[in-house]
Amino acid sequence: MKSLTFTRCMFWFGILFLYLPMVILIIYSFNAGRNVQVWAGFSTHWYGEVLRDRQLMAALGRSLRVAFFSATAAMLLGLLASIAIIRMKRFRGRGLLSGMVTAPLVMPDVIIGVSLLMLFVSLQQAIGWPQGRGLNTVFIAHTTFCVAYSTVVISSRLRELDESLEEAAQDLGATPVSTFFQVTLPIIWPALLSAWLLSFTLSLDDVVIASFVTGPGATTLPIEVFSSVRLGVSPKINALATMIILVISLIAFTSWYVTRRIDIRNRRQQLAYQREME
Amino acid sequence: MRRIDLSRIPGARWGVISSPYLWMLLFFLLPFIIVARISVAEAQLSIPPFSALFQWAADRLTIEISFASYQWLVADDTYFRAYWQSIQIAFFSTLLCILIGYPVAYTIARAPAHTQPTLLLLILLPSWTSFLIRVYAWMGLLSNRGLINQALVGMGITDGPIQMLNTNFAVYVGVVYAYLPFMILPLYANLVKHDNTLLEAASDLGARKIISFFRITLPLSKNGLIAGSMLVFIPVVGEYVIPELLGGRRTLMIGKVLWQEFFNNRDWPLAAALALVMILILLIPIMIFMRVQQKELEGRR
Repeated sequence: MKSLTFTRCMFWFGILFLYLPMVILIIYSFNAGRNVQVWAGFSTHWYGEVLRDRQLMAALGRSLRVAFFSATAAMLLGLLASIAIIRMKRFRGRGLLSGMVTAPLVMPDVIIGVSLLMLFVSLQQAIGWPQGRGLNTVFIAHTTFCVAYSTVVISSRLRELDESLEEAAQDLGATPVSTFFQVTLPIIWPALLSAWLLSFTLSLDDVVIASFVTGPGATTLPIEVFSSVRLGVSPKINALATMIILVISLIAFTSWYVTRRIDIRNRRQQLAYQREME
Repeated sequence: MRRIDLSRIPGARWGVISSPYLWMLLFFLLPFIIVARISVAEAQLSIPPFSALFQWAADRLTIEISFASYQWLVADDTYFRAYWQSIQIAFFSTLLCILIGYPVAYTIARAPAHTQPTLLLLILLPSWTSFLIRVYAWMGLLSNRGLINQALVGMGITDGPIQMLNTNFAVYVGVVYAYLPFMILPLYANLVKHDNTLLEAASDLGARKIISFFRITLPLSKNGLIAGSMLVFIPVVGEYVIPELLGGRRTLMIGKVLWQEFFNNRDWPLAAALALVMILILLIPIMIFMRVQQKELEGRR
């Protein structure tokens, strides 16, 4: 296994490269001093400072609200798009639909941001909607690019799902709608949850698109963070960053763990069912 | 085989298809048409700051098209250099991501099946945390009084701090750091599906490991490699946050230029023209990505 040592070294180098900057950031968030680079003893002073910052907390509230609604809308639209692409084989413009839900995955943020803002301004000029810009336009923008991600997640699960299960239910007289709720949904819901959480974190993280489409009095947390980060490194931002890192990795880890367990169980059941059919 | 017959409920099939369809048409495709239309308007001091396309004057409809923005684009070579440097940075960071990401993805795909999800989680966990914070973490590390320079000076390797923050070097570090998981994930998804018996057959026939890697594994992983490369290359061309936070005055990337034209100079038609030219440059890579992804999305049946 001589050739494996090189790839294994690269693997651990990769892990180190990914984690070291975060670990250092977290350590320095407990620095007592105002100077970020010099260690001046342990303190949780900057955490209190973050929690007392009204402006930051208000921005956090707005971000959570937008992320919640965008993730929900993106999950639903992603589910419908997945059903349309995977299960409905023939309809006009199917290629266009799958193109439109794929392209946002790679489209640079500045392009999505600038084009959506120009759309909102032109629409307001032409039909008077949307009236001004704020959280509602951020919601639309975030939903739009999150649909792409949630479609990828949901459709890959839906494709794996054995179609004969749904066909069996319908042969036994179930309507398509009750088939969906009694057969399909119980199997794919972990994918729906992953799609929701992915969209939630993506929306919570976006700074570029939100900067373009938001309006006065509707700054989100990333915009707030970005404007202070631009001025340089500060211990307060380190503390805020640490909190964000810990909360998000906790959510991500839990969802990963839960969906994996459920997925394994579902796969086993499906396997057992298939064996019985044979 | 019977397909699920949604047509039994009137309008259901139509509703399932049309709601995501209309949403994406309205908020993803239509904006590009608006951008094209604003790029041929003239900048003016009004709200919104561009001239109208149609005008009623003396009972006559006139259409005003101005190519002033495009003339600007060609006349000032700053824009050309910004496009070129963006493409260069995106290209070389994609290469770096392949060099680091391929061995990592390979190691995970070759690991025992029950440890693979854990290793994958280890790689993906950092990418779930904020992009902004991951870039920010490097600001502190790379600065003149940052940890890396402190270590270099402390060990006596250099006399004074090396300027790393606000250089193209920092941009490369930030881009590779932020985009590496996007390379690893599709590569892993591809490599894990490979049939091991092919490699065993090759080694039975006397091929060395390195030979069978280049003749079997690498060609088979083509689609994963393309998907990963596009997931890195295309967004990096338009990257704004990384050059803004880590780059210097000499880092000229088109995303940053577009941002400045839009927010600082309030020149909407020029920003629209810049965006449109960027889309045209990225059109072929995007098409390649969509083809690979569509195969993946629709499954090969």
